[in-house]
Amino acid sequence: MTASLVVHGLAFAYPDGHQALYGVDLTVARGERVAVLGPNGAGKTTLVLHLNGILGGGRGTVAVAGLPVTKEHVREIRRRVGIVFQDPDDQLFMPTVREDVAFGPANLGLRGPELADRVHEALVQVGMAEYADRPPHHLSYGQRRRVAVATVLAMRPEILVLDEPSSNLDPASRRELADILLGLPITILMVTHDLPYALQLCPRSVILDDGVIVADGSTYDLLCDDATMTAHRLELPFGFDPRSAMSVAPAASPSFP
Amino acid sequence: MSAGHHHHLYLDRASLIHRLPPQCKIAAVVLFVTAVVTTPRGSWWPYAVYVLALGAVAAAGRVPAPTILRRMIIETPFVLFAVILPFASPGPKTDVLGLTLSATGLESAGILLAKGTLGVVASILLAATTQPRDLLLGLQRLHMPQLLVQIMTFMFRYIEVVLGEMNRMRVARESRGFDARHVGHLKVVAQSAGALFIRCYERGERVHLAMLSRGYTGRLPVFADARSSTGQWAMAALLPLVAVATTVAAWATL
Repeated sequence: MTASLVVHGLAFAYPDGHQALYGVDLTVARGERVAVLGPNGAGKTTLVLHLNGILGGGRGTVAVAGLPVTKEHVREIRRRVGIVFQDPDDQLFMPTVREDVAFGPANLGLRGPELADRVHEALVQVGMAEYADRPPHHLSYGQRRRVAVATVLAMRPEILVLDEPSSNLDPASRRELADILLGLPITILMVTHDLPYALQLCPRSVILDDGVIVADGSTYDLLCDDATMTAHRLELPFGFDPRSAMSVAPAASPSFP
Repeated sequence: MSAGHHHHLYLDRASLIHRLPPQCKIAAVVLFVTAVVTTPRGSWWPYAVYVLALGAVAAAGRVPAPTILRRMIIETPFVLFAVILPFASPGPKTDVLGLTLSATGLESAGILLAKGTLGVVASILLAATTQPRDLLLGLQRLHMPQLLVQIMTFMFRYIEVVLGEMNRMRVARESRGFDARHVGHLKVVAQSAGALFIRCYERGERVHLAMLSRGYTGRLPVFADARSSTGQWAMAALLPLVAVATTVAAWATL
């Protein structure tokens, strides 16, 4: 089976000369949920923006379900890679929830009942179907985050890429979003500083630091590896122990199918 | 828009006017205002016709008079300007209530006030009977350039986000003991405005990235269908027709 995502030798420097990526290698199998961990400035956002061809032109390759990310494939690539950005106010730019969720599939050429079905389906997946006619600014932050997820689900992506999905969420919204994400039959790549969230959602994690992948393994093992954690400025929240957390709640089942 | 969340200017009613497609209403208001503005100087009776016509629209749209009057407050700065005219204009003077006023200034002020007020009331009626979202749709249907429609769409979407940001900045300033009281403080306020501009600019870039990520190619897709029938155009044309006929009659009888 083709992997959902294959990143090979990806290097990139910004026009101002700042080198953000120094040769990233990452393969994500279909149905896997993988967390990308790493300190601020490690190149996480730069990596994300390469996945759908917003950034490019450096060395190396990215392929999504076998299709290389190049200019000529950019349309199909952006359908296959659904990026949920950190601030839902950036992601939700249309006057109503319905129009926002429809924006992606409409750009893919869907119209009429087919488009309406797609929008409804995506909103049902995140439990927001009854809010379709609301303007986004009338929703709570957690609801906006869920709608933001729906906006990319509506494009039926190959891989869902989440940038700090739990940021600014209250504990209840955070758990609701986790329940939704765990229920989605889709490959997930999640960039986060929220290590307990990574442990709950992603069986596998990689650590990105100084523009390279420095560790790749089971999230549980990584979080228990104090030497690696300290070396890359990763710290567990006060009082959180992955060992006891996993004895209370078993790890996220290693993905579908 | 079934949920009970409406723009504060919109009156959620079921009426003939509410049901008209937005493009018909926009065209009607623009034509009406144009007709009013071209009313010749020196004839006053046409204004009575205009007021009656707008009254009929308000009644058909079930927009209560107190609502209209309250919203006319927006015209206040304009009224102040009109009040200055009789004092400032040159020409023959007349006496009103013991004040010596310029006759032409007085007439200009009256015309300005009448025409301005009619335009304001027409806009109030349009806003009360049409959702902002539908106004944008109407402009799109009237083939306003895509770029302008998009700018207005984003303005409508982000105005509250920007106001929220502005408010947080003000709270942060005041929490550190800042209280804008004299001109010297203007510098701080100006710097805040600059910071707000940069934040908005950066948000614009992020929004653009999010749009590109979902396949944006330069056009906003049109979802809601606001087709208009000949009957609806005919009904919407009643208001401007009355106004145009009135202006023409006023010019003819001058």
